[in-house]
Amino acid sequence: MLINTFFLALREIRRNVLRSFLTILGIVIGVSAVIVMVTIGGGATAQVTEQIASLGSNLLMIRVGQHMGPGQTSAAPSFDLDDAQALFREIPAITAVAPSSSQKVTAVYGNANWSTAVTGIDNGFFTVRNWTVQAGRQFLDTELRSGKAVCVIGATVAKELFGQQNPLDSKMRLGNFSCQIIGLLEAKGQSTFGSDQDDLVLVPLRTFQRRISGNQDISLIQVSVAEGRSTDKAKSDIEYLLRERRHISGSENDNFQVRDLKEITKMLTGTTQILTTLLGAVAAVSLLVGGIGIMNIMLVSVTERTREIGIRLAIGALEREVLLQFLVEAVVLSSFGGLIGILLAVSASIGLTKMLNIPFIFNPGIMVIAFLFSAAVGVIFGFFPARKAARLDPIDALRHE
Amino acid sequence: MPAAEQTERHPLVELQGVTKVYGSGTAAMRALRGVSLRIDEGEFVAVMGPSGSGKSTCMNILGCLDTPTEGRYLFKDVEVGSLTRNQRALLRRHHLGFVFQGFNLLNRTSALENVELPLIYRGVKLEERRSRAGNALALVGLAGWEYHTPGELSGGQQQRVAIARAIVTEPALLLADEPTGNLDTARSLEIMELLTSFNQDQGITIVMVTHEQTMAQFARRVVQFQDGLVVTDRVNGEVR
Repeated sequence: MLINTFFLALREIRRNVLRSFLTILGIVIGVSAVIVMVTIGGGATAQVTEQIASLGSNLLMIRVGQHMGPGQTSAAPSFDLDDAQALFREIPAITAVAPSSSQKVTAVYGNANWSTAVTGIDNGFFTVRNWTVQAGRQFLDTELRSGKAVCVIGATVAKELFGQQNPLDSKMRLGNFSCQIIGLLEAKGQSTFGSDQDDLVLVPLRTFQRRISGNQDISLIQVSVAEGRSTDKAKSDIEYLLRERRHISGSENDNFQVRDLKEITKMLTGTTQILTTLLGAVAAVSLLVGGIGIMNIMLVSVTERTREIGIRLAIGALEREVLLQFLVEAVVLSSFGGLIGILLAVSASIGLTKMLNIPFIFNPGIMVIAFLFSAAVGVIFGFFPARKAARLDPIDALRHE
Repeated sequence: MPAAEQTERHPLVELQGVTKVYGSGTAAMRALRGVSLRIDEGEFVAVMGPSGSGKSTCMNILGCLDTPTEGRYLFKDVEVGSLTRNQRALLRRHHLGFVFQGFNLLNRTSALENVELPLIYRGVKLEERRSRAGNALALVGLAGWEYHTPGELSGGQQQRVAIARAIVTEPALLLADEPTGNLDTARSLEIMELLTSFNQDQGITIVMVTHEQTMAQFARRVVQFQDGLVVTDRVNGEVR
């Protein structure tokens, strides 16, 4: 009987293709909206996580000054090289340390000039920040020690100044000195915050101090914490050590800050997840509206087919058979809508993720949920019209014009 | 010789002092005021009477679509008035066939599928269903029209499909409510001949409502209604 009812429903849907299509349109849009939202949200979350991982795993950033709000820090004395060395020496959980200082400088090569951030580093920087030298090499110890005029440049700087040319071994001018390019960094692309990570020039720290800043200050120390060691523990160790070195008494606040990238990751993925949930919920409302659309059309259909229902009842159809017929029809319609919605959502997600440049993550779970939900919508919203049909009086129904 | 005349007749349906009241209080409308009627197996009865005489109500009760307010209706010795809605549906499914004035076929559905419909509810398997529906269509002279939809058939043909649908289950009782009401005389006579042949060849009991004397001529017995009562019940002397 159920299989018969199923085919009966299919025949009924086929009898009125256009209306069936319009009926399920709401469900189609609802289902695809939910899936697209969840897929794009998932992709965005994955992208954030991936980008932060590209900054370097277990990275702690130590900055001068106390964070006073977005972009504001209180003034405080800088770090020096001894601070960085002390951190590496005293805290065993730290595997690499990268003191650095940077400044905006205009780089000039031939007729081209480009304003970029020049950062003074030692080779620990490459490890801590996950940078790979794509061509050329890192700095030699002698270059670091003597403060030689050499530099490693990012992909953006290379493109802006050299175009298609190979920049290796060329000399470019940085502010008031000329320096030789010995290495080219592999491109990383945009950061999570939208800035271009490849727009940088790296020089030995000593070179930077002598030729650009003219002092011994270090504004940023970045450290890598060993895999498997608690970053929270390392963070409090660093805070303790630095307070001691900077002679901060017990009641005073830190005049520096240690930030754990994991916290930022958590915060950002948390935000995207909340947004995803929110958008998904809005999309789910459209599914509900789609369900009401199905109920509406099924009610119209029951009225329109009153005579047919009368014929069926007169011929000997049981109440529950008529109920089942209309219910199955509603469920077949809505699950059909669900299927079309899923197909639409997959193609839309692929297109949108490409356009927004985020990874496409196929999520079969949400598709199954969306499909079951659409079928459930059919049952819930199909039930009332189906019951109305089943309870018709055959005599009145047959007389209905 | 018609099969029905060879043996002693058994009552198929029997109305005993049936009344039917619609509405209540001062708005109450007494459609039937005490009808007693016995119809035997194999009979062909024509029910006549002006509009509002109660003949349609009587047909609805005979067809188990409605129940009497008072009195008893026995179908094969079963008291229909005490059955539930579903039990009456099953009774219709297994023992009754209906032919209506307005044909009442399913639109946009082929003749074959229309005839199959009662068999679907009986749970007959697809292949048997197809062949039985095909045979029924052949019996009403519509072999070759199986896949036409009602919209593609003439009125006479549609009524033939409806008759095929009614007899495909080999019902004990066929109820026809003005089956020729929407047809011209030539078509009407064809339909009547068809009904007569089912009555005589297959022994299907037929109760038919009609306005037209000509059509009533085909029946062996004519029952006349007026104001909710049976006024005459006579055997037709000159059956066509």
